[in-house]
Amino acid sequence: MANIGSGITLRGRTVDYYAKRIMSFERLKRWAWAIVRAILLIGISYIILYPIIVQFTQAIMSREDMFDATVRFIPKNVSLHNFVVVINTMKYWEALLNSSYITLVTTVLQLISCTLAGYGFARFKFWGREILFALVIFTIIVPPQTITTSLYLHFRYFDIFGIINFFTGKRGLNLIDTVWPFFLPAATCMGIRNGLYIFIMRQFFRGMPKELEEAALVDGCGVFKTFYLIMLRPAVPALTTVLLFSVVWQYNDIFYVNLFLNVTKFRVMTSALQMLPVDMLALNASNVGLEQGATVNPLDRVRWLATGSILSLIPLIVLYIFAQRYFVESIERTGIVG
Amino acid sequence: MRRFSLSLEQRRGIKGYAFISPFLIGFVMFFLYPFIHSVILSFHTVDIQRESGYGLIWEGLENYRYMFRVDPDYNRHLVASIQNMFLNVPIILIFSFFAATLLNQKFRGRTLARAILFLPVIISSGVVMRFQDDPNALRSLLEAGLSVDPSTGAQTGLRSFELSLLLNQMLPPEMTPYVSYITGAVDRIYDLVNASGVQILVFLAALQSIPPSMFEASYIEGATGWENFWKITFPMISSWFLVNTVYSIVDTFTAYSNPMMIKLQRVGLEQQQYGRASAMAWVYFAIIMLLMGIILKLMSKRVFYYE
Repeated sequence: MANIGSGITLRGRTVDYYAKRIMSFERLKRWAWAIVRAILLIGISYIILYPIIVQFTQAIMSREDMFDATVRFIPKNVSLHNFVVVINTMKYWEALLNSSYITLVTTVLQLISCTLAGYGFARFKFWGREILFALVIFTIIVPPQTITTSLYLHFRYFDIFGIINFFTGKRGLNLIDTVWPFFLPAATCMGIRNGLYIFIMRQFFRGMPKELEEAALVDGCGVFKTFYLIMLRPAVPALTTVLLFSVVWQYNDIFYVNLFLNVTKFRVMTSALQMLPVDMLALNASNVGLEQGATVNPLDRVRWLATGSILSLIPLIVLYIFAQRYFVESIERTGIVG
Repeated sequence: MRRFSLSLEQRRGIKGYAFISPFLIGFVMFFLYPFIHSVILSFHTVDIQRESGYGLIWEGLENYRYMFRVDPDYNRHLVASIQNMFLNVPIILIFSFFAATLLNQKFRGRTLARAILFLPVIISSGVVMRFQDDPNALRSLLEAGLSVDPSTGAQTGLRSFELSLLLNQMLPPEMTPYVSYITGAVDRIYDLVNASGVQILVFLAALQSIPPSMFEASYIEGATGWENFWKITFPMISSWFLVNTVYSIVDTFTAYSNPMMIKLQRVGLEQQQYGRASAMAWVYFAIIMLLMGIILKLMSKRVFYYE
């Protein structure tokens, strides 16, 4: 760059001089922007991470640090006592086991049903396809709260065309406090935000070359065989995205959990955390790390809640650390964008 | 005989029904049926009998009259929800678009920045938010006599108070509503950032899908980055603004912390007024749909589709 046209002069200066000045200006601009960008990103990251950091430090603080005005972020006495108490009170392991059970099974079911539906909408021409797909969009738009009450009654007196009534004489089965209100909709594309998953899978399959299927057909591959032998392998990035969304949203769900599961009968992580303040107060003061006769200070409750939410976040954060790369990169290749 | 034979494409199409059959079954059983049922419920009082199921007592429009004329909270929550939506959705859209543009650039530490900015997708609407929305936790902090930011439930000294004072002194008085809009957004920044995770993802994916050859061509023609942004980037992803608008509207209306959601849950599940809760949910839903229809109509005129 520096030697181009070095013999030519402009207003008494060589072109070289101008080229250098422009270059340095460009560099300055780039640097300035990099600094602004860094400040913005650090600021946003701070906003996102701040509550998690605060909760974490509160969780590992001992009780005296909580009341010590000189302690703000870094505890003087690190103590894991909070964790022991909270794990016992919220029955952490039971809740984790139940949550994992529901989350894993619904995720697998949703993944299967939504991938099938997405493929069906993307690669087949049949009567009413556009209308049916509009219905998929409709299920995304309608808030689940609109049909909450009917859904509750539906599962409270569950029946299919009066079959159960016919055989047992009772008015349907009571599926409340069982896992079926989670599994049945998941198996039929009606779980949490499943319309979105169908949409993502459809967008992905639409972008695949048609020749793949035609070649498979010529080689004597049936429609279903083509699907799972040929079309499924390239869909892994899209499947990963759906898998992660599905795990996270199911695990975090409190709405359906409150609707279908009573915390005393079927304890999952979100409902256990919701009940934590009540459960803690129900304990004897001596069991929660207070001296005999001391009253429960509001700050104690803050500390316990912080510990509880950190504990319930741990599985997700572990998952995120491992899957974060796929999550971030697969989105780019999912074909969320058609 | 010829009349009944199907082409290869049509025969293949029939198998398409097999693929979407889970959706069809689920749609009828777990969506359409409860959907229609809830309309019917909204005109009834539900009478729960433990053994023999439940009975319906016809009420006509009583439930609807009740919620508008008698219920002390319904109208208030309704107006507040709509107001909230109009305040928050534009900021969420602008912020998430801006954040996606930032994350789309090449710089060191980009993976880390992306990982942190997507973190709200994982934790928002989840258990941590639950804790932050918990009024008891907030109250206990207040009782402890600390300064509390209601949006984060954490102690903080930084508010936009100084900012709004400064801006109000600098600008003419007729600008005050705009100033308070912006400073209000600063106060709610935590909620707004947390509500933008999915939107950032969608915008980022959209930005990546713009063919780089377009930028190369315009760069050779002498366009600046600013021009590129408004002439290429913006039109190319304008249709994704539509998608994100729909998502954000639904998300703000149905967030767990939305007072209307809490109200519906209380009336339906705790007081067991199933008919009344259905009626309330229905009016709420109808208003959401109406607003969404108007907004989409207005937006879709300005959206550019690249074919």
